Amino acid sequence: MQRPDVLVIGGGTAALCAAISARRTGAQVLLIEQAPSGLRGGNTRHSRNLRVMHEEPTAFSSDTYPEDDFWRDLWSATGGATDPGLARLLIRRSSDVTDWLADAGVHLQPTAGGVLPASRKTAFFLGGGKTMLNALYARAGRLGVAIRYGCAARELLLQNARVEQVKIQAEGGPQTLRPLTTVACCGGAQANRQWLRTQWGEAAEGFINRGTPFATGEVLASLLQQGAVAVGDPRGAYLVAVDARSPADDGGIVTRVRCMPAGIVVDVEGRRFHDEGVDTASTRYSAWGGLLADRPRQTGYLILDARGLRAAPPSLYPPLTARTLADLAAQLEMDPDRLQASVATYNAAVRPPAEGADPADWHTIGLHPPKSRHALTLIEPPFGAYPMRPGITFTYQGIGVDAQARVRIQAGGSAENLFAAGMIMAPNIIGRGYLSGLAITIGIVFGRIAGEEAARHALG
Amino acid sequence: MRSDEALTEARCALGICNACGYCNGFCDVFEAAKRRPVLTDTDLYQLANLCHHCRNCLYACQYAPPHPFAVNVPRALARARWRSYEAYAWPDSLALLFRRNVLAAPLVALAALVAVVGGLLIAVPVEQLFARYQGPGAFYRVVPLEIMILLGALPLGWSLIAMTIGLYRFWQATRPGSASLSVDALAAGLRDTLVLRNLHGGGPGCNDLDERFSHARRWLHHGLFYGFLLCLAATVAASLYHHLLGLEAPYPLLSPPVLLGTVGGLAMAVSTAGLAYVKWRADPEPTAAETLGADYGLLALLFLVAVTGLVLLGWRASAAMGLLLAVHLGSVLGLFLLLPYSKLVHAVYRFAALLGDALDRHREPRSISADQAERERT
Repeated sequence: MQRPDVLVIGGGTAALCAAISARRTGAQVLLIEQAPSGLRGGNTRHSRNLRVMHEEPTAFSSDTYPEDDFWRDLWSATGGATDPGLARLLIRRSSDVTDWLADAGVHLQPTAGGVLPASRKTAFFLGGGKTMLNALYARAGRLGVAIRYGCAARELLLQNARVEQVKIQAEGGPQTLRPLTTVACCGGAQANRQWLRTQWGEAAEGFINRGTPFATGEVLASLLQQGAVAVGDPRGAYLVAVDARSPADDGGIVTRVRCMPAGIVVDVEGRRFHDEGVDTASTRYSAWGGLLADRPRQTGYLILDARGLRAAPPSLYPPLTARTLADLAAQLEMDPDRLQASVATYNAAVRPPAEGADPADWHTIGLHPPKSRHALTLIEPPFGAYPMRPGITFTYQGIGVDAQARVRIQAGGSAENLFAAGMIMAPNIIGRGYLSGLAITIGIVFGRIAGEEAARHALG
Repeated sequence: MRSDEALTEARCALGICNACGYCNGFCDVFEAAKRRPVLTDTDLYQLANLCHHCRNCLYACQYAPPHPFAVNVPRALARARWRSYEAYAWPDSLALLFRRNVLAAPLVALAALVAVVGGLLIAVPVEQLFARYQGPGAFYRVVPLEIMILLGALPLGWSLIAMTIGLYRFWQATRPGSASLSVDALAAGLRDTLVLRNLHGGGPGCNDLDERFSHARRWLHHGLFYGFLLCLAATVAASLYHHLLGLEAPYPLLSPPVLLGTVGGLAMAVSTAGLAYVKWRADPEPTAAETLGADYGLLALLFLVAVTGLVLLGWRASAAMGLLLAVHLGSVLGLFLLLPYSKLVHAVYRFAALLGDALDRHREPRSISADQAERERT
């Protein structure tokens, strides 16, 4: 298919939703996925849930989540760095997403099973994102979408706000496609070391890419070069604290380090640098990711005593442990005196909660930085450490789109036959921060819009 | 208890599952694994027997090959399950039957068959063996009832004792500080066993052949299990006829023993053939290749038991009855002997694992911990 009606670049949620929608609208569709079939699906592979507004309790989400609640959450998570028009469009169109998925053969996990956290804001995929991908690929294939794996788009050639050619790299070598319309759903550039280095300099060396190694950003770069409107923050990245021993790519959900409130966090010199007890909500993952990026060697250590080790949730790698802090420091190649001093200073500053207060309100007095809650002394051997680094999840630079998911052009207006959906345009809606399940919802909603619009344009 | 590669593989895979948990809607294994985070050998035996091998978690797993973590939970648990049969087999010396099951099980079945058929050929004069018999007591003119009862009762009795001891050992090992059984847990364990709740895949079914969902394997298993029960019921009905009513076999076609046996035999024959077909067509990735031979052998034996029973029914008035009876009795003998020393033993450990898990679930009423709540966010 040299000249498909609709070329979909990418293989994750947005790409599949665009391909299915375009095919259902009547277009001939070619989907090219850079990954081999066994690793297909972008970061959807690592996802689990999606955020949907709903006015009634559903089998998959408890209570209700009205439009305005969703909007307020989005506004506060992004600190207002969101396009209100697109954000409202996303929220409203999220309301029938679970029905659309069910119709496409995707199974969500009913809350009645009792093994899910109560959630009114998100619904969970039965079996996670990869099971959803399997269903969507099967549906796309059955509808007649042509799917090519191991096939990467390298460059889009735009003339007069039209995509004339798409240069691809397939197994047989480089090729040129001339699609009538193109939908770019190939995400950001977080797997591209070179890209990260230009934004973060030396610090990029310490980053671990949590997701797909195929998010290399060629299409994003090509479009930005040719005058697509840039949105978001080029230096922005959603960073999470992950185990420093994780693989360079694709470690996913299991690499997170989670129990900072149970201990203290020190840098490679053995010094504390942030209040470990202040933030026990999920936002602490990203808070610590950013903090680690600014530390020497982008590394920190969560130090626990036996109590903390018992409380720690199951982890991919076991913590490093030792009978004494000095031995632990030796394992971490850290000055033992420095670590012992940090722990001793911390222990000496710990105070119990006031009478009748929350038992979690153990805190420090006169310590900088303080530990404002959960401040238990670290005294019971063995001692343990989780080495941590920033894990990059996605980047905050994307392409501007309009309400039809058409790519906006710096010269004004939108490209005639170029659309974008998913993480490549997500920074229109999340300029910073994050809400759980939002990326998948963006992929589905804008994938559907882009697929339908692209097919309509191609079919005239 | 010796730990080995199979258990190391399972421990490694479930360790990753415990940090992930995306699959907890498919079956009970993943929540159960979280309750046993240390994953000792006996924990793994419990979890492996709780696993019904639906395979969904392989196709769902972002860490499955070609990912370098190479997580393959169904295969790892299939291997651990096989180790558990070996670990709890009684007597210990016969555990080697599991180590060499591909060879041992067919040999046992064949020996039983040869022994019964050969014994009959030697003991019964040819003209008596190939005579046509009709009317009450026809079977017993070839094989006396006492011999038939001995042929069934002795091996079955032995096997029931062996399985009971295996079950006791398994229960003792997997339930340290054994909690007392509750009626609720017993009912839940029984229900889960009889409806195979863990083969529903949380609703859409299982990845029987590949990543597509299907309910075929569950229905086939039901067909085999309930077909087997119907055949047992036929035997019980026949013995009631014999001892209470004083009526001797063969019984009329529309009598309860024959009807139960016919329906049960048909169900078993169709289901074993279907299960073998599913096994043959299935993606080999999630299965333990080294147990496939034993699985096929066992399905073949069950098929033989069912089909020889049906054929015997069809030709019971012919001169071939004597020989058909011998083949049927021989295959049943083989089946009875293999109950504790083949995959058939999974029935008792599966039930124990389901019961144990029901106890755990009932003991710890579900509460959503802060940790689970935060899992919402990635």
